Amino acid sequence: MSFFKKMKEKITGTNEAVTGKFKEGLTKTRDSFTSKVNDLVARFREVDEEFFEELEEVLLQADVGFETVMELIDQLKAEVKRKNIKDTAGIQTVISEKLVDIYNAQGESDNSLNIQEDGITVILMVGVNGVGKTTTIGKLASRLQKEGKTVMLAAGDTFRAGAIEQLVVWGERAGVEVIRQSEGSDPAAVMFDAVNAAKKRGVDVLICDTAGRLQNKVNLMNELQKVHRVIGREIEGAPHEVLLALDATTGQNALIQAETFKEATDVTGIVLTKLDGTAKGGIVLAIRNKLNIPVKFVGLGEGIDDLQPFDPEKYVYGLFADGLELEAAEEQDTEEDK
Amino acid sequence: MAFEGLAERLQGTLQKITGKGKISEADVKEMMREVRFALIEADVNLKVVKEFVKTVSERSIGQDVMKSLTPGQQVVKIVKDELTKLMGEEQSGIQFARKSPTVIMMVGLQGAGKTTTSGKLANSLRKRNNKKPLLVAADVYRPAAVQQLETIGKQLTIPVFSLGTDVSPVEIVRQALEKADEDHNDVVIIDTAGRLHIDETLMQELKDIRELASPDETFLVVDAMTGQDAVNVAKNFDDAIGITGVALTKLDGDTRGGAALSIRSVTQKPIKYVGMGEKMDALEPFHPERMASRILGMGDVMSLIEKAQENVDEEKARDLEQKLRTQTFTLDDFLDQLQQVKKMGPLDEILKMMPGFNKIKGLENAQVDESQMGKVEAVIYSMTTQERATPEMINASRKKRIAKGSGTSIQEVNRLLKQFEEMKKMVKQMTGAQSKGKKKMKFPGMDAFFK
Ligand SMILES: Nc1nc2c(ncn2[C@@H]2O[C@H](COP(=O)(O)OP(=O)(O)OP(=O)(O)O)[C@@H](O)[C@H]2O)c(=O)[nH]1
Ligand SMILES: Nc1nc2c(ncn2[C@@H]2O[C@H](COP(=O)(O)OP(=O)(O)O)[C@@H](O)[C@H]2O)c(=O)[nH]1
Ligand SMILES: [Mg+2]
Ligand SMILES: [Mg+2]
Repeated sequence: MSFFKKMKEKITGTNEAVTGKFKEGLTKTRDSFTSKVNDLVARFREVDEEFFEELEEVLLQADVGFETVMELIDQLKAEVKRKNIKDTAGIQTVISEKLVDIYNAQGESDNSLNIQEDGITVILMVGVNGVGKTTTIGKLASRLQKEGKTVMLAAGDTFRAGAIEQLVVWGERAGVEVIRQSEGSDPAAVMFDAVNAAKKRGVDVLICDTAGRLQNKVNLMNELQKVHRVIGREIEGAPHEVLLALDATTGQNALIQAETFKEATDVTGIVLTKLDGTAKGGIVLAIRNKLNIPVKFVGLGEGIDDLQPFDPEKYVYGLFADGLELEAAEEQDTEEDK
Repeated sequence: MAFEGLAERLQGTLQKITGKGKISEADVKEMMREVRFALIEADVNLKVVKEFVKTVSERSIGQDVMKSLTPGQQVVKIVKDELTKLMGEEQSGIQFARKSPTVIMMVGLQGAGKTTTSGKLANSLRKRNNKKPLLVAADVYRPAAVQQLETIGKQLTIPVFSLGTDVSPVEIVRQALEKADEDHNDVVIIDTAGRLHIDETLMQELKDIRELASPDETFLVVDAMTGQDAVNVAKNFDDAIGITGVALTKLDGDTRGGAALSIRSVTQKPIKYVGMGEKMDALEPFHPERMASRILGMGDVMSLIEKAQENVDEEKARDLEQKLRTQTFTLDDFLDQLQQVKKMGPLDEILKMMPGFNKIKGLENAQVDESQMGKVEAVIYSMTTQERATPEMINASRKKRIAKGSGTSIQEVNRLLKQFEEMKKMVKQMTGAQSKGKKKMKFPGMDAFFK
């Protein structure tokens, strides 16, 4: 069996294997990242037009978006020319560097949450429908709890059927209290209650769930702003983090989502969910590049521990390395079928 | 924003070409690059785009495009035709079983909209087809999924069959079918848990349910915002359980929805429904042609007109359409329109359906702020009839008077006049009612879409 075929089987194998691979990929050290890329790019002997085309396609299929891909390819071509790189041995580090550069165009940022030394930290979770806000809150609560913080949740999605119960279950799983009102009540009122309960109990972190809303619905975006305002009125400087949940499966619309939610609520970070699937969520590169919103966490499953801090280098690796492997494997297959 | 429609993209290319007289094969190739850009930006899968561009390219070179005086329009037309064709026939009907009950299974990724669409579908079948549906809560994994469906059932007063979360989904479905028999439900809609297409265990579960229930329809529910991955999702679900149709959700958003094309071309299964909102009546039949326009960034003009018709009285609508076409649209009509639009519901939703809406300077923010509408009304009320009909006559002193009369500022009067101008321009582009000798049209080929 060819190397690429083996690779392909590994990638498209069982769910556990895939999840495992991603987790592995995401926790890889920088060293092995570079060496892996070395291996992969080695099969292209020459840095020619064909090589760039293939790279372009791989990135487009990861939802990176046309503009960003073109920018990258242009930069790469210039670099190749400048450094007079002829064979691929020299280009691997350049690709990864350039991708990370695009991500960090507006400066490197630290991905940690803005947790207050003293007093309550309020985290507001926002995003469109069904992207994983509530699930992420459950995971995050558990994570912070394990770090020794006391956590409280606010059931701010009073609209979607069963949304409050869903958060209550996550509260039970994480072992944290959930402040709730009945379905249909004013979300701003829930937040008001929750902030005051959090103050009274002296918890460290309050995480607020909100109903999913499409960014083009002005009424709903106004409602979200009101929720934001109410929190700010009760605790100065709050919310300290506004996390936008983005589904990795989403295409170019994610950029508009980020832009609009940022305008409405000053988004401070992104949680890229559902990365355990086959989608890559490459649009986060453009979001970071254009809007300067960093990805803080990635979601890797429906379990309570399936949340990991984001590492741009490891992410970038997953973005094009798998793609190139798969393309190569497909080519290999068609060759063999002939 | 980087989301230009195809027509605008082609316009750029054409400007380079015009003046050369006849266009060459290389020019067509250049245009095809733009087609490719536009489709990828609309989230159509790259491989699907390649195939598509090949077809369009062949048709373009073979046909009159190269001889045409309006090559841009020709290309847009060919692209739109091909796209519409690919999108399939309009068919939203359900394949009802000869022997009751008709079993419908809803499948898809996490958060796609299965549960909501199950509720909407039950609602619609009861209303339009006089059916007596039973909803089945077969998602035992996601927290409170059962409660979600039960709440929806309560809202609709449609029965929901559930056995909590300790029984296997297959067993739940088995008992639900018995219950449907007992209660004479003629439609059974199974809401399954969201799952990844690469999750073998859970995909097996769907196969088991299918084995037991032999559904008459298996709908893949897909989020319209899905990107390149749509092909993998659709292919895997179709290969595993054989879907019979697709429901595309969250089309009330501002996504182009290229996933629709990707899914069609890998599965060849019809897109039967589109979700247009979170409420239980927001389910609509799929219109291939509208979807094609939307993917190409030409706005959903038809849906806009339809929405207007639902809420505006017939005569006024026809009247307006006439005025739009003949360019006799005045500020009075504008005012009238504003008031009609208010009745239609959230203004932003309506406006998002307009082609090129996000392109209009000064309009993007002002329009969506509903409180602004009061001011706009006040300004127009302070104008004379003549001024409303021919806004060009409003000079500085008139502006001053109007501002004073309406309790606004000259800037606000100016803004409204500018908006009105922009709107007129846009309408012109929409309807293609362009008189000769004026500026070049921004959306070449738009006229092709108005029969
Ligand atoms: N705006 C809008 N929202 C929708 C539409 N369809 C579903 N939603 C919302 O999308 C979210 C997810 O919908 P669900 O019906 O729970 O999706 P699901 O596929 O059952 O999700 P899981 O069971 O969690 O996998 C909810 O917030 C719904 O209200 C639609 O057409 N438009
Ligand atoms: N596979 C996978 N599913 C997820 C992930 N995060 C959330 N989900 C699922 O996506 C669906 C929607 O999540 P939910 O938290 O209800 O989204 P919300 O509407 O934004 O609050 C649920 O079925 C979750 O179980 C993830 O990282 N991976
Ligand atoms: Mg939620
Ligand atoms: Mg569901």
